[in-house]
Amino acid sequence: MHNLTLAEIARNLAEKRFSAEELTRTLLARIEQLDPQLNSFISVTDELAIAQAKAADARRAAGENGALLGAPIGHKDLFCTQGIRTSCGSRILDSFKAPYDATVVERLAAAGTVTLGKLNMDEFAMGSANESSYYGAVKNPWDLSRVPGGSSGGSAAAIAARLLPAATGTDTGGSIRQPAALTNLTGLKPTYGRVSRWGMVAYASSLDQGGPMARTAEDCALLLSAMAGFDPKDSTSVEQPLDDYLAALSQPLAGLRIGLPKEYFGAGLDPKIADAVMASVEELKRLGATVKDISLPNMQHAIPSYYVIAPAEASSNLSRFDGVRFGYRCENPVDLTDLYKRSRAEGFGDEVKRRIMVGTYALSAGYYDAYYLKAQKIRRLIKQDFVAAFEQVDLILGPTTPNLAWKLGEKNADPVSAYLEDIYTITANLAGIPGLSMPAGFIDGLPVGVQLLAPYFQEARLLNVAHQYQQVSDWHLRAPAGF
Amino acid sequence: MQWETVIGLEIHAQLSTQSKIFSGSATTFGAEPNTQASLVDLGMPGTLPVLNAEAVRMACKFGLAIDAEIAEKNVFARKNYFYPDLPKGYQTSQMDHPIVGKGHLDITLEDGSTRRIGITRAHLEEDAGKSLHEDFHGMSGIDLNRAGTPLLEIVSEPDIRSAKEAVAYVKAIHALVRYLGICDGNMAEGSLRCDCNVSVRPKGQAEFGTRAEIKNVNSFRFIEKAINHEVQRQIELIEDGGKVVQETRLYDPNKDETRSMRSKEEANDYRYFPCPDLLPVVIEQSFLDEVRASLPELPGQKRERFEREFGLSTYDASVLSASREMADYFEQVNATCGDAKLAANWVMGELSSLLNKEGLDIEQSPVSAEHLGGMILRIKDDTISGKIAKMVFEAMAAGEGSADEIIEKKGLKQVTDSGAIEAMLDEVLAANAEQVEQYRASDEAKRGKMFGFFVGQAMKASKGKANPGQVNQLLKKKLEG
Repeated sequence: MHNLTLAEIARNLAEKRFSAEELTRTLLARIEQLDPQLNSFISVTDELAIAQAKAADARRAAGENGALLGAPIGHKDLFCTQGIRTSCGSRILDSFKAPYDATVVERLAAAGTVTLGKLNMDEFAMGSANESSYYGAVKNPWDLSRVPGGSSGGSAAAIAARLLPAATGTDTGGSIRQPAALTNLTGLKPTYGRVSRWGMVAYASSLDQGGPMARTAEDCALLLSAMAGFDPKDSTSVEQPLDDYLAALSQPLAGLRIGLPKEYFGAGLDPKIADAVMASVEELKRLGATVKDISLPNMQHAIPSYYVIAPAEASSNLSRFDGVRFGYRCENPVDLTDLYKRSRAEGFGDEVKRRIMVGTYALSAGYYDAYYLKAQKIRRLIKQDFVAAFEQVDLILGPTTPNLAWKLGEKNADPVSAYLEDIYTITANLAGIPGLSMPAGFIDGLPVGVQLLAPYFQEARLLNVAHQYQQVSDWHLRAPAGF
Repeated sequence: MQWETVIGLEIHAQLSTQSKIFSGSATTFGAEPNTQASLVDLGMPGTLPVLNAEAVRMACKFGLAIDAEIAEKNVFARKNYFYPDLPKGYQTSQMDHPIVGKGHLDITLEDGSTRRIGITRAHLEEDAGKSLHEDFHGMSGIDLNRAGTPLLEIVSEPDIRSAKEAVAYVKAIHALVRYLGICDGNMAEGSLRCDCNVSVRPKGQAEFGTRAEIKNVNSFRFIEKAINHEVQRQIELIEDGGKVVQETRLYDPNKDETRSMRSKEEANDYRYFPCPDLLPVVIEQSFLDEVRASLPELPGQKRERFEREFGLSTYDASVLSASREMADYFEQVNATCGDAKLAANWVMGELSSLLNKEGLDIEQSPVSAEHLGGMILRIKDDTISGKIAKMVFEAMAAGEGSADEIIEKKGLKQVTDSGAIEAMLDEVLAANAEQVEQYRASDEAKRGKMFGFFVGQAMKASKGKANPGQVNQLLKKKLEG
């Protein structure tokens, strides 16, 4: 049962081969048994899950037949869930029970999904290894001595280990796509504004975007259909009708023009990953795609630009965690300044503090123009690069990450080397375009991801290409040993 | 040395929207603490702001009324600082791209002259909550009802040259926002608050002196006193060889002094940057046209019309147009009686002194505009004299009814029957036979003076009710014999 995809679960539930409750109990037992090795859950919501599963079964008995009715999922622990801890992987929110549901949570619940729990993540989504969580590092099921990627590392590890078939993630600089690549999943970061950010605790508001993570493109399409759409509570969500993501999956790829940016295949890329990526290109060619070399000349500036903008916004977004209204408060503060200083010093971890410091500095009087404004200018150039590229090609393809999953602790002493792991994913966030990572092979038993990037609001195209590729490949079906 | 005062004002006007600027919570004043604070107002993790379109409309109204540039795009920015009653750790405000750009407002001074005061900009922002330091046994309470209330911050150019001008300017802004219906102007409840930037310089010097900012002055009277005190302090300081330092000061109305709150060095670096949760606000020309069409007649336009249509002096016209309520009252009186000059005289004379004495606003006037206009009609048609009218007015103020009812009830109708007046005059002359003889023996010049005595006696005898014109005429005839 635990190997089934969401689409397969839907068929089985429809055919009454098992009930949502049976499936839920099976997966809860699996989580209990296996998650201690992975640490992918921060909270397991057994009671809620059983209640939701029973409700889904009742709805089905009453004649409903939605594709997600009874589908077990998990939420990254920065989506607010009413009455349930929403920690963001941080001590400062360890005691925080959100008083409301995020729009994504609400929409998925309305579609009949069953929430098995809240998934581990880098603290406030800041990280690429899921090592900055207050609840401890998450391990990669493909090699327990390695990181699963981050920041949606809990979601990735849990799905890869078949603890659940799908989950929500968020992606600010690659936090859905990079862990998907490192754990052999399909993960989609939608166009900025496609999925509501209401109830998604903000890291960098102009870059954050929620999206689906699953084993197949089809499952991502199922989840996205329920998650996406305009939300009047989020001013940056876009009022544009949704495409039929499921219907788009079966489109043939004949005539698809794929661009290969030379900047994605330069120095720093593991040559074995390059080979795996090119093999997937060959497969897509066989499906009818044509390939063209292109250039995204401003990509080299993406990381410095991102590491100004994201921390700048974070420094402001995280100001509300001050020990006054919710979350962690230090013991016996002597005065207001002491309350602020110690609550934040004790509540936040090192990486969060590092980014708050960087962001505060970048926005300071006298530095704003040199850092923040400059970074915004680069951001516009990067956007223009993509707009120009998409005049020549329909899709851009490259590696999702320059390296395979690394050893736990390996990059702790050198944060910049970890920042560089985001080099291929960050541009999509800066430009706001959608991006998807899909499994494309293995090197020494570790998964390789290929990234597809598309013009604004063409999630359907990304899912279509990934789905077609998954019809002729089986990488995505492989499971890690022991799970 | 002769000193010149330079003043610039920042006025925070609380916009009278039904709900907050970025959330659906109500904005009613005085509710139980934290009963009007939603998830957004509490700064809950994951919540997002949605701009209240009504606040934008109100700001545009103001911009059009001061003839300001309204840019096609305005941008919200975050002003970052920590304070317990600032739930998000930043205030959403506007910095580089305010909704209202350069404009101006004309003010009328007491001598009837007018001055044009430049307005640098006006921007939208959210208010903070309130810290409550009493009743919590050494702890502080936070009330977030006010957090997120929309404010329009109106920043003047340093064009103001005296405390009196400052007050005239604040009054003009106060009148304007009330005319526009965008702010209730209630200064006691903090709906209109003022920060005063004050500096002095030797007369004739072009550069400005160093300024001090007096925060949160909340009445016209305090504005005048605070500025006067601050100007005096700065002049004395400089004349004693000291230097004014740039700082924020607080005015203490109890001691009538300002004191330092924080220096420039202690000032926060607010790290403004565009708020990523809100899109730039695009103002379409069609929207502005629609707002412009909805504008009421403004104080300046009203003043001009009062001068033009009714032949009132600039000063009278500006007093009568100073508030919408005052202007409406005056126009109602005029509409009832059809005599603008008499209406103006009564509104600015008897009525104003009555309101002053009772400490009432025009909306609370015990004499309605219809009653006052009705009384003036009776003056015009000679039913009562001006003198009797004052009695009628007092009776109306005491709630005894309309002028007609009072005239009827108290028998105050003017006597115009010549026979009755003659009979009364005969009695008066008979009672003052000696004076009559003197009068008749006197020359023209002396007679003129004595005539007044007889008129007085006659009016007294008639209890003021005899028609003064007829009394004059008949009396003259009788005395001349």
